[in-house]
Amino acid sequence: MISIIDVIGPSMIGPSSSHTLGAMRISKFVYNLFNSTPDNATFYLHGSFKDTYIGHGTGLALVAGLCGMATDDPSVSKADEISKRSGFNYEFKAIDLGDVHPNTVKIVATKDNLSHEVIGSSVGGGRIKIISIDSISCNITGELPTLVIENDDVPGALESIVRVISLNSVNIAQVSLSRISKGSKIANMILELDDELDNSIIENLRMLKIVKSMIYVKSLNYAS
Amino acid sequence: MNVKFFNDLVEISEKTGEDLHKVILNWEMLDTGYSSEKLIENTSKLLKVMEEEYASKKDKAFKTLVNLTGTNGKKMYNYVQNAFVGEKVFKAATIAVTMAENNASMGRIVACPTAGSSGVMPGVLLVLEEYGIPRDRLVLSLIVAGAIGKIIATRASLSGSEAGCQAEIGSATAMAAGAAVYATYGSAKQVSNAAALSLKSLMGLVCDPVGGFVEVPCVKRNATGATLALLFCDMAKSGVESVIPLDEVIDAMMSVGRSLPESLRETGKGGIAITPTARRLIKGLNDKFKISGD
Ligand code: SF4
Repeated sequence: MISIIDVIGPSMIGPSSSHTLGAMRISKFVYNLFNSTPDNATFYLHGSFKDTYIGHGTGLALVAGLCGMATDDPSVSKADEISKRSGFNYEFKAIDLGDVHPNTVKIVATKDNLSHEVIGSSVGGGRIKIISIDSISCNITGELPTLVIENDDVPGALESIVRVISLNSVNIAQVSLSRISKGSKIANMILELDDELDNSIIENLRMLKIVKSMIYVKSLNYAS
Repeated sequence: MNVKFFNDLVEISEKTGEDLHKVILNWEMLDTGYSSEKLIENTSKLLKVMEEEYASKKDKAFKTLVNLTGTNGKKMYNYVQNAFVGEKVFKAATIAVTMAENNASMGRIVACPTAGSSGVMPGVLLVLEEYGIPRDRLVLSLIVAGAIGKIIATRASLSGSEAGCQAEIGSATAMAAGAAVYATYGSAKQVSNAAALSLKSLMGLVCDPVGGFVEVPCVKRNATGATLALLFCDMAKSGVESVIPLDEVIDAMMSVGRSLPESLRETGKGGIAITPTARRLIKGLNDKFKISGD
Protein backbone atom coordinates (compact mmCIF):
# COMPACT_ATOMS: atom_id res chain seq x y z
CA MET A 1 0.00 0.00 0.00
CA ILE A 2 1.34 3.42 -0.93
CA SER A 3 1.86 5.59 2.13
CA ILE A 4 0.90 9.21 2.59
CA ILE A 5 4.54 10.10 3.12
CA ASP A 6 5.38 8.80 -0.38
CA VAL A 7 2.57 10.89 -1.85
CA ILE A 8 3.67 14.17 -0.23
CA GLY A 9 7.37 13.43 -0.68
CA PRO A 10 10.13 12.54 -0.90
CA SER A 11 12.48 15.43 -0.66
CA MET A 12 14.76 15.06 -3.67
CA ILE A 13 16.80 16.86 -6.29
CA GLY A 14 14.87 18.13 -9.32
CA PRO A 15 13.82 18.21 -12.06
CA SER A 16 12.07 14.86 -12.30
CA SER A 17 11.74 11.76 -10.22
CA SER A 18 12.51 9.39 -13.07
CA HIS A 19 15.43 11.34 -14.48
CA THR A 20 17.19 12.42 -11.30
CA LEU A 21 15.91 10.48 -8.28
CA GLY A 22 15.56 7.14 -10.09
CA ALA A 23 18.91 7.51 -11.88
CA MET A 24 20.59 8.42 -8.65
CA ARG A 25 19.13 5.44 -6.82
CA ILE A 26 20.49 3.09 -9.49
CA SER A 27 24.01 4.44 -9.11
CA LYS A 28 23.63 4.57 -5.34
CA PHE A 29 22.92 0.85 -5.51
CA VAL A 30 26.28 0.42 -7.27
CA TYR A 31 27.92 2.62 -4.65
CA ASN A 32 26.47 0.31 -1.99
CA LEU A 33 27.90 -2.72 -3.81
CA PHE A 34 31.38 -1.27 -3.33
CA ASN A 35 30.44 0.43 -0.10
CA SER A 36 32.52 3.33 -1.38
CA THR A 37 33.08 5.46 -4.47
CA PRO A 38 34.81 3.45 -7.20
CA ASP A 39 37.90 4.74 -9.02
CA ASN A 40 36.40 4.54 -12.50
CA ALA A 41 32.99 4.11 -14.00
CA THR A 42 31.39 4.05 -17.40
CA PHE A 43 27.72 4.88 -17.69
CA TYR A 44 26.15 3.29 -20.74
CA LEU A 45 22.93 5.18 -21.41
CA HIS A 46 20.06 3.50 -23.15
CA GLY A 47 16.88 4.88 -24.70
CA SER A 48 15.62 8.20 -23.43
CA PHE A 49 18.39 8.37 -20.81
CA LYS A 50 20.71 8.81 -23.77
CA ASP A 51 18.85 11.86 -25.04
CA THR A 52 18.24 13.51 -21.71
CA TYR A 53 21.33 12.96 -19.64
CA ILE A 54 22.25 16.65 -19.68
CA GLY A 55 18.91 18.42 -20.10
CA HIS A 56 17.29 16.42 -17.32
CA GLY A 57 20.33 16.23 -15.10
CA THR A 58 20.46 12.42 -15.36
CA GLY A 59 24.24 12.48 -15.86
CA LEU A 60 24.88 14.53 -12.73
CA ALA A 61 22.50 12.37 -10.74
CA LEU A 62 24.32 9.21 -11.83
CA VAL A 63 27.68 10.68 -10.84
CA ALA A 64 26.28 11.91 -7.51
CA GLY A 65 24.94 8.45 -6.68
CA LEU A 66 28.34 6.87 -7.21
CA CYS A 67 29.86 9.57 -5.00
CA GLY A 68 27.55 8.26 -2.30
CA MET A 69 25.57 11.48 -1.91
CA ALA A 70 22.15 11.48 -0.27
CA THR A 71 19.33 11.67 -2.82
CA ASP A 72 18.34 15.13 -1.55
CA ASP A 73 21.82 16.56 -1.11
CA PRO A 74 21.75 20.08 -2.59
CA SER A 75 25.25 19.55 -3.99
CA VAL A 76 24.07 16.86 -6.43
CA SER A 77 24.04 19.60 -9.08
CA LYS A 78 27.78 20.03 -8.52
CA ALA A 79 28.56 16.31 -8.61
CA ASP A 80 30.89 16.77 -11.58
CA GLU A 81 33.18 19.15 -9.67
CA ILE A 82 32.99 17.10 -6.49
CA SER A 83 33.92 13.89 -8.29
CA LYS A 84 36.90 15.59 -9.91
CA ARG A 85 38.21 16.64 -6.55
CA SER A 86 37.86 13.11 -5.19
CA GLY A 87 39.61 11.59 -8.19
CA PHE A 88 36.64 9.58 -9.43
CA ASN A 89 36.80 9.20 -13.22
CA TYR A 90 33.80 8.48 -15.36
CA GLU A 91 32.51 8.66 -18.87
CA PHE A 92 29.16 8.44 -20.59
CA LYS A 93 28.51 6.26 -23.61
CA ALA A 94 25.48 5.45 -25.66
CA ILE A 95 24.26 1.87 -25.83
CA ASP A 96 21.33 -0.12 -27.13
CA LEU A 97 20.36 -2.67 -24.49
CA GLY A 98 17.47 -4.00 -26.54
CA ASP A 99 14.05 -4.58 -25.12
CA VAL A 100 14.36 -2.87 -21.74
CA HIS A 101 12.64 0.13 -20.11
CA PRO A 102 13.48 3.38 -21.97
CA ASN A 103 15.15 4.87 -18.87
CA THR A 104 17.88 2.30 -18.44
CA VAL A 105 21.58 2.55 -17.66
CA LYS A 106 24.36 0.01 -17.50
CA ILE A 107 27.06 0.98 -15.03
CA VAL A 108 30.47 -0.65 -15.16
CA ALA A 109 32.65 0.41 -12.26
CA THR A 110 36.01 -0.61 -10.86
CA LYS A 111 37.87 -0.03 -7.65
CA ASP A 112 41.32 -1.49 -7.04
CA ASN A 113 40.95 -4.87 -8.72
CA LEU A 114 37.26 -5.21 -8.02
CA SER A 115 34.78 -4.62 -10.80
CA HIS A 116 30.98 -4.62 -10.95
CA GLU A 117 28.45 -4.30 -13.71
CA VAL A 118 24.87 -3.34 -12.94
CA ILE A 119 21.93 -2.67 -15.25
CA GLY A 120 19.04 -0.71 -13.80
CA SER A 121 15.91 1.05 -14.99
CA SER A 122 14.16 4.08 -13.58
CA VAL A 123 10.55 3.01 -13.83
CA GLY A 124 8.70 6.12 -12.62
CA GLY A 125 8.10 8.06 -9.43
CA GLY A 126 11.73 7.52 -8.42
CA ARG A 127 11.29 3.75 -8.23
CA ILE A 128 13.94 1.58 -9.81
CA LYS A 129 14.42 -1.95 -10.99
CA ILE A 130 17.85 -3.54 -10.99
CA ILE A 131 17.70 -6.11 -13.77
CA SER A 132 21.23 -7.43 -13.73
CA ILE A 133 24.12 -7.55 -11.27
CA ASP A 134 27.46 -8.87 -12.56
CA SER A 135 25.63 -10.53 -15.46
CA ILE A 136 23.12 -12.30 -13.22
CA SER A 137 19.59 -11.39 -14.25
CA CYS A 138 17.41 -10.28 -11.41
CA ASN A 139 14.46 -8.06 -10.70
CA ILE A 140 14.97 -6.13 -7.52
CA THR A 141 13.85 -2.74 -6.29
CA GLY A 142 16.81 -1.92 -4.09
CA GLU A 143 14.38 -1.15 -1.30
CA LEU A 144 15.30 -4.36 0.50
CA PRO A 145 18.74 -5.46 1.63
CA THR A 146 20.31 -7.74 -0.95
CA LEU A 147 22.92 -10.49 -0.87
CA VAL A 148 25.03 -11.13 -3.95
CA ILE A 149 26.79 -14.46 -3.53
CA GLU A 150 29.24 -16.43 -5.60
CA ASN A 151 29.19 -20.04 -4.52
CA ASP A 152 30.31 -23.58 -5.38
CA ASP A 153 27.81 -25.08 -7.74
CA VAL A 154 27.01 -28.13 -5.64
CA PRO A 155 23.68 -29.67 -4.61
CA GLY A 156 22.28 -28.12 -1.46
CA ALA A 157 24.18 -24.84 -1.80
CA LEU A 158 21.05 -22.73 -1.75
CA GLU A 159 19.57 -24.67 1.17
CA SER A 160 22.59 -24.18 3.37
CA ILE A 161 22.56 -20.46 2.75
CA VAL A 162 18.82 -20.19 3.30
CA ARG A 163 19.17 -22.15 6.53
CA VAL A 164 21.60 -19.64 8.05
CA ILE A 165 19.41 -16.73 7.08
CA SER A 166 16.13 -18.20 8.29
CA LEU A 167 17.66 -19.46 11.52
CA ASN A 168 17.90 -15.78 12.29
CA SER A 169 14.25 -15.36 11.38
CA VAL A 170 14.81 -13.13 8.38
CA ASN A 171 12.53 -13.81 5.45
CA ILE A 172 13.79 -14.10 1.91
CA ALA A 173 11.68 -12.07 -0.48
CA GLN A 174 13.20 -13.21 -3.75
CA VAL A 175 15.91 -15.50 -5.13
CA SER A 176 17.69 -15.28 -8.48
CA LEU A 177 20.15 -17.97 -9.49
CA SER A 178 22.54 -18.37 -12.34
CA ARG A 179 25.53 -20.39 -13.43
CA ILE A 180 28.53 -18.59 -14.80
CA SER A 181 28.87 -21.28 -17.47
CA LYS A 182 27.63 -24.80 -17.77
CA GLY A 183 31.01 -26.39 -17.19
CA SER A 184 32.11 -24.10 -14.40
CA LYS A 185 31.69 -25.18 -10.84
CA ILE A 186 30.73 -21.70 -9.77
CA ALA A 187 27.22 -20.32 -9.51
CA ASN A 188 25.77 -17.01 -8.44
CA MET A 189 22.76 -16.15 -6.42
CA ILE A 190 21.04 -12.91 -5.51
CA LEU A 191 18.80 -12.90 -2.46
CA GLU A 192 16.47 -10.07 -1.55
CA LEU A 193 15.74 -10.03 2.18
CA ASP A 194 12.83 -8.64 4.15
CA ASP A 195 15.05 -7.32 6.93
CA GLU A 196 18.56 -6.10 7.51
CA LEU A 197 21.00 -8.81 8.58
CA ASP A 198 23.12 -8.57 11.71
CA ASN A 199 26.86 -8.59 11.22
CA SER A 200 27.07 -11.96 12.95
CA ILE A 201 24.77 -13.57 10.38
CA ILE A 202 26.76 -12.04 7.56
CA GLU A 203 29.92 -13.52 9.07
CA ASN A 204 28.26 -16.92 9.48
CA LEU A 205 27.35 -16.86 5.80
CA ARG A 206 30.84 -15.89 4.79
CA MET A 207 32.20 -18.84 6.77
CA LEU A 208 30.15 -21.36 4.83
CA LYS A 209 32.49 -23.54 2.77
CA ILE A 210 30.45 -23.20 -0.40
CA VAL A 211 30.52 -19.38 -0.31
CA LYS A 212 33.33 -18.06 -2.50
CA SER A 213 32.50 -14.41 -2.14
CA MET A 214 29.59 -12.45 -0.84
CA ILE A 215 28.44 -8.84 -0.93
CA TYR A 216 25.81 -7.48 1.37
CA VAL A 217 24.08 -4.47 -0.20
CA LYS A 218 22.19 -2.18 2.16
CA SER A 219 18.69 -1.16 1.20
CA LEU A 220 18.27 2.15 -0.58
CA ASN A 221 16.42 4.48 1.68
CA TYR A 222 13.87 6.69 -0.03
CA ALA A 223 14.34 9.42 2.53
CA SER A 224 18.10 9.73 2.23
CA MET B 1 -10.48 0.01 7.76
CA ASN B 2 -11.05 -0.36 4.10
CA VAL B 3 -11.05 3.16 2.71
CA LYS B 4 -11.58 3.48 -1.01
CA PHE B 5 -13.22 6.87 -1.17
CA PHE B 6 -12.21 10.18 0.30
CA ASN B 7 -15.80 10.47 1.35
CA ASP B 8 -15.34 7.47 3.68
CA LEU B 9 -12.89 9.55 5.68
CA VAL B 10 -15.21 12.57 5.68
CA GLU B 11 -18.13 10.45 6.87
CA ILE B 12 -16.17 8.80 9.66
CA SER B 13 -15.06 12.22 10.83
CA GLU B 14 -18.60 13.58 10.72
CA LYS B 15 -20.18 10.57 12.43
CA THR B 16 -17.64 10.19 15.20
CA GLY B 17 -16.88 13.85 15.68
CA GLU B 18 -13.19 12.96 15.37
CA ASP B 19 -10.94 15.50 13.61
CA LEU B 20 -10.31 14.63 9.97
CA HIS B 21 -6.56 14.40 10.45
CA LYS B 22 -7.04 11.91 13.29
CA VAL B 23 -9.25 9.73 11.11
CA ILE B 24 -6.56 9.88 8.44
CA LEU B 25 -3.74 9.04 10.87
CA ASN B 26 -5.72 6.00 12.05
CA TRP B 27 -6.37 4.87 8.52
CA GLU B 28 -2.72 5.26 7.59
CA MET B 29 -1.61 3.25 10.60
CA LEU B 30 -3.94 0.37 9.76
CA ASP B 31 -3.15 0.59 6.07
CA THR B 32 0.63 0.88 6.12
CA GLY B 33 1.71 0.39 9.72
CA TYR B 34 3.02 3.95 9.81
CA SER B 35 2.58 5.28 13.35
CA SER B 36 0.97 8.68 13.83
CA GLU B 37 4.02 10.09 15.59
CA LYS B 38 6.31 8.97 12.79
CA LEU B 39 4.03 10.31 10.08
CA ILE B 40 3.72 13.68 11.80
CA GLU B 41 7.46 13.81 12.36
CA ASN B 42 8.31 12.98 8.74
CA THR B 43 5.68 15.34 7.38
CA SER B 44 7.14 18.09 9.52
CA LYS B 45 10.55 17.38 7.96
CA LEU B 46 9.10 17.76 4.47
CA LEU B 47 7.55 21.09 5.43
CA LYS B 48 10.93 22.13 6.79
CA VAL B 49 12.56 21.41 3.43
CA MET B 50 9.96 23.66 1.75
CA GLU B 51 10.60 26.40 4.31
CA GLU B 52 14.37 26.22 4.06
CA GLU B 53 14.49 26.07 0.29
CA TYR B 54 12.21 29.05 -0.17
CA ALA B 55 13.98 31.09 2.50
CA SER B 56 17.32 30.59 0.77
CA LYS B 57 16.10 31.03 -2.82
CA LYS B 58 13.29 33.58 -2.65
CA ASP B 59 14.85 36.51 -4.47
CA LYS B 60 17.32 34.57 -6.59
CA ALA B 61 17.55 34.01 -10.30
CA PHE B 62 18.16 30.41 -11.30
CA LYS B 63 20.32 28.89 -13.94
CA THR B 64 18.09 26.04 -15.01
CA LEU B 65 19.12 22.97 -16.95
CA VAL B 66 18.01 24.22 -20.36
CA ASN B 67 17.40 27.88 -19.49
CA LEU B 68 13.86 28.22 -20.75
CA THR B 69 12.94 29.67 -17.37
CA GLY B 70 14.73 30.81 -14.23
CA THR B 71 14.08 34.51 -13.56
CA ASN B 72 10.30 34.54 -13.19
CA GLY B 73 10.21 33.98 -9.46
CA LYS B 74 12.57 36.91 -8.93
CA LYS B 75 10.49 39.18 -11.19
CA MET B 76 7.34 38.31 -9.31
CA TYR B 77 9.06 38.75 -5.96
CA ASN B 78 9.86 42.33 -6.88
CA TYR B 79 6.32 43.03 -8.05
CA VAL B 80 4.28 41.74 -5.10
CA GLN B 81 3.29 45.17 -3.73
CA ASN B 82 1.72 46.10 -7.07
CA ALA B 83 -0.35 42.97 -7.47
CA PHE B 84 -3.99 43.71 -8.18
CA VAL B 85 -5.02 40.18 -7.08
CA GLY B 86 -3.68 41.01 -3.66
CA GLU B 87 -0.58 40.18 -1.74
CA LYS B 88 -1.59 36.76 -0.44
CA VAL B 89 -2.52 35.24 -3.79
CA PHE B 90 0.38 36.81 -5.62
CA LYS B 91 2.83 35.68 -2.97
CA ALA B 92 1.53 32.13 -3.23
CA ALA B 93 2.02 32.22 -6.99
CA THR B 94 5.49 33.70 -6.55
CA ILE B 95 6.56 30.99 -4.12
CA ALA B 96 5.14 28.32 -6.42
CA VAL B 97 7.08 29.64 -9.42
CA THR B 98 10.27 30.05 -7.40
CA MET B 99 10.11 26.51 -6.10
CA ALA B 100 9.37 25.17 -9.58
CA GLU B 101 12.37 27.06 -10.96
CA ASN B 102 14.40 25.64 -8.11
CA ASN B 103 13.29 22.21 -9.32
CA ALA B 104 14.30 23.01 -12.89
CA SER B 105 17.78 23.97 -11.74
CA MET B 106 18.44 20.77 -9.79
CA GLY B 107 17.59 22.31 -6.46
CA ARG B 108 16.24 20.35 -3.52
CA ILE B 109 12.47 20.06 -3.69
CA VAL B 110 9.64 18.08 -2.14
CA ALA B 111 7.89 15.96 -4.76
CA CYS B 112 4.44 16.79 -3.44
CA PRO B 113 3.01 14.94 -5.24
CA THR B 114 5.53 15.11 -8.12
CA ALA B 115 8.65 17.09 -8.99
CA GLY B 116 6.95 18.95 -11.85
CA SER B 117 4.16 20.13 -9.56
CA SER B 118 6.35 20.67 -6.52
CA GLY B 119 5.73 24.43 -6.30
CA VAL B 120 1.99 24.32 -5.64
CA MET B 121 2.00 23.03 -2.07
CA PRO B 122 4.78 25.28 -0.73
CA GLY B 123 3.08 28.21 -2.47
CA VAL B 124 -0.06 27.65 -0.44
CA LEU B 125 1.45 26.44 2.85
CA LEU B 126 4.16 29.10 3.15
CA VAL B 127 1.69 31.90 2.55
CA LEU B 128 -0.64 30.48 5.18
CA GLU B 129 2.32 30.35 7.53
CA GLU B 130 3.28 33.93 6.77
CA TYR B 131 -0.24 35.07 7.57
CA GLY B 132 -0.35 33.44 10.96
CA ILE B 133 -1.43 29.81 10.63
CA PRO B 134 0.52 27.85 13.26
CA ARG B 135 3.13 25.48 11.90
CA ASP B 136 1.63 22.46 13.70
CA ARG B 137 -1.64 23.06 11.92
CA LEU B 138 0.18 23.20 8.59
CA VAL B 139 1.77 19.81 9.26
CA LEU B 140 -1.67 18.30 9.90
CA SER B 141 -3.00 20.02 6.78
CA LEU B 142 -0.19 18.54 4.73
CA ILE B 143 -1.23 15.12 6.00
CA VAL B 144 -4.81 15.84 4.94
CA ALA B 145 -3.44 16.82 1.52
CA GLY B 146 -1.55 13.52 1.49
CA ALA B 147 -4.78 11.62 2.06
CA ILE B 148 -6.37 13.37 -0.93
CA GLY B 149 -3.29 12.50 -3.00
CA LYS B 150 -3.30 8.92 -1.81
CA ILE B 151 -6.91 8.44 -2.84
CA ILE B 152 -6.04 9.95 -6.25
CA ALA B 153 -2.99 7.67 -6.52
CA THR B 154 -5.00 4.54 -5.76
CA ARG B 155 -8.15 5.34 -7.75
CA ALA B 156 -6.41 7.18 -10.60
CA SER B 157 -2.86 8.43 -11.07
CA LEU B 158 -0.46 11.20 -10.09
CA SER B 159 1.66 10.85 -13.19
CA GLY B 160 1.70 13.13 -16.22
CA SER B 161 2.86 10.31 -18.45
CA GLU B 162 -0.14 8.23 -17.39
CA ALA B 163 -2.94 10.76 -17.19
CA GLY B 164 -1.67 14.17 -18.30
CA CYS B 165 -0.95 17.30 -16.31
CA GLN B 166 -4.41 17.18 -14.73
CA ALA B 167 -2.94 14.31 -12.68
CA GLU B 168 0.09 16.36 -11.61
CA ILE B 169 -0.82 20.06 -11.38
CA GLY B 170 -4.48 19.09 -11.04
CA SER B 171 -3.82 16.74 -8.13
CA ALA B 172 -1.36 19.14 -6.51
CA THR B 173 -4.04 21.85 -6.67
CA ALA B 174 -6.70 19.60 -5.17
CA MET B 175 -4.33 18.62 -2.38
CA ALA B 176 -3.29 22.22 -1.70
CA ALA B 177 -6.90 23.45 -1.72
CA GLY B 178 -7.84 20.76 0.79
CA ALA B 179 -4.83 21.65 2.91
CA ALA B 180 -5.75 25.34 2.86
CA VAL B 181 -9.29 24.60 4.02
CA TYR B 182 -8.03 22.39 6.82
CA ALA B 183 -5.33 24.84 7.85
CA THR B 184 -7.95 27.59 8.18
CA TYR B 185 -10.21 25.32 10.27
CA GLY B 186 -12.75 24.52 7.58
CA SER B 187 -14.82 21.35 7.84
CA ALA B 188 -14.00 17.92 6.41
CA LYS B 189 -16.78 18.37 3.87
CA GLN B 190 -15.30 21.69 2.78
CA VAL B 191 -11.90 20.04 2.36
CA SER B 192 -13.46 17.57 -0.02
CA ASN B 193 -15.39 20.27 -1.89
CA ALA B 194 -12.33 22.45 -2.38
CA ALA B 195 -10.41 19.47 -3.78
CA ALA B 196 -13.26 18.53 -6.12
CA LEU B 197 -13.63 22.09 -7.41
CA SER B 198 -9.88 22.17 -8.11
CA LEU B 199 -9.74 18.91 -10.02
CA LYS B 200 -12.81 19.83 -12.05
CA SER B 201 -11.34 23.14 -13.09
CA LEU B 202 -8.15 21.49 -14.35
CA MET B 203 -9.87 18.47 -15.87
CA GLY B 204 -8.32 17.57 -19.20
CA LEU B 205 -5.13 19.55 -18.73
CA VAL B 206 -2.55 17.96 -21.02
CA CYS B 207 1.09 17.24 -20.32
CA ASP B 208 3.10 18.97 -23.02
CA PRO B 209 6.56 19.95 -21.79
CA VAL B 210 8.66 21.70 -24.42
CA GLY B 211 11.51 19.41 -25.40
CA GLY B 212 10.38 17.05 -22.65
CA PHE B 213 12.06 19.32 -20.09
CA VAL B 214 10.29 20.19 -16.84
CA GLU B 215 10.40 23.94 -17.54
CA VAL B 216 7.78 25.14 -20.03
CA PRO B 217 4.83 25.11 -19.26
CA CYS B 218 5.46 23.31 -15.97
CA VAL B 219 6.94 26.19 -13.97
CA LYS B 220 4.10 28.64 -14.60
CA ARG B 221 1.44 26.00 -14.15
CA ASN B 222 2.57 25.85 -10.55
CA ALA B 223 1.34 29.44 -10.22
CA THR B 224 -2.00 28.32 -11.64
CA GLY B 225 -2.21 25.58 -9.05
CA ALA B 226 -1.38 27.72 -6.03
CA THR B 227 -3.75 30.49 -7.11
CA LEU B 228 -6.67 28.19 -7.79
CA ALA B 229 -6.11 26.29 -4.56
CA LEU B 230 -6.57 29.47 -2.53
CA LEU B 231 -9.59 30.50 -4.59
CA PHE B 232 -11.32 27.14 -4.17
CA CYS B 233 -10.47 27.09 -0.49
CA ASP B 234 -12.40 30.32 -0.03
CA MET B 235 -15.22 29.25 -2.33
CA ALA B 236 -15.67 25.99 -0.40
CA LYS B 237 -15.57 27.83 2.90
CA SER B 238 -18.15 30.31 1.66
CA GLY B 239 -20.49 27.35 1.29
CA VAL B 240 -20.08 26.60 -2.41
CA GLU B 241 -20.30 22.85 -2.98
CA SER B 242 -19.11 20.70 -5.82
CA VAL B 243 -22.21 19.18 -7.41
CA ILE B 244 -20.10 16.15 -8.35
CA PRO B 245 -18.41 14.59 -5.30
CA LEU B 246 -14.62 14.40 -5.14
CA ASP B 247 -14.38 10.63 -5.61
CA GLU B 248 -16.42 10.75 -8.79
CA VAL B 249 -14.35 13.66 -10.09
CA ILE B 250 -11.19 11.61 -9.46
CA ASP B 251 -12.59 8.71 -11.47
CA ALA B 252 -13.63 11.06 -14.26
CA MET B 253 -10.15 12.54 -14.31
CA MET B 254 -8.66 9.10 -14.81
CA SER B 255 -10.99 8.21 -17.60
CA VAL B 256 -10.11 11.48 -19.33
CA GLY B 257 -6.45 10.64 -18.73
CA ARG B 258 -6.86 7.24 -20.37
CA SER B 259 -8.37 8.80 -23.45
CA LEU B 260 -5.58 11.34 -23.86
CA PRO B 261 -3.37 10.40 -26.80
CA GLU B 262 0.24 9.59 -26.02
CA SER B 263 1.32 12.86 -27.63
CA LEU B 264 -0.29 14.69 -24.71
CA ARG B 265 1.23 12.55 -21.97
CA GLU B 266 4.75 13.81 -21.27
CA THR B 267 6.20 12.85 -24.63
CA GLY B 268 6.81 16.46 -25.70
CA LYS B 269 5.03 15.60 -28.94
CA GLY B 270 1.84 17.61 -28.61
CA GLY B 271 0.27 20.72 -27.17
CA ILE B 272 2.54 23.70 -26.75
CA ALA B 273 5.57 21.43 -27.17
CA ILE B 274 5.09 21.39 -30.93
CA THR B 275 4.32 25.07 -31.51
CA PRO B 276 6.69 26.80 -33.96
CA THR B 277 8.39 28.69 -31.13
CA ALA B 278 8.85 25.54 -29.10
CA ARG B 279 10.37 23.79 -32.09
CA ARG B 280 12.72 26.68 -32.65
CA LEU B 281 13.77 26.70 -29.00
CA ILE B 282 14.56 23.02 -28.81
CA LYS B 283 16.27 22.83 -32.17
CA GLY B 284 19.94 22.81 -31.39
CA LEU B 285 19.29 22.02 -27.73
CA ASN B 286 18.81 18.41 -28.66
CA ASP B 287 22.00 18.24 -30.65
CA LYS B 288 23.88 20.00 -27.92
CA PHE B 289 22.71 17.43 -25.38
CA LYS B 290 23.10 14.30 -27.47
CA ILE B 291 25.78 12.01 -26.32
CA SER B 292 28.73 11.48 -28.61
CA GLY B 293 27.76 8.08 -29.86
CA ASP B 294 29.24 4.66 -29.56
S1 SF4 C 1 3.26 19.57 -18.19
FE1 SF4 C 1 3.75 17.45 -17.72
S2 SF4 C 1 5.85 17.49 -16.93
FE2 SF4 C 1 5.03 19.59 -16.81
S3 SF4 C 1 4.14 19.75 -14.75
FE3 SF4 C 1 2.49 19.14 -16.13
S4 SF4 C 1 2.49 16.90 -15.96
FE4 SF4 C 1 4.47 17.56 -15.14
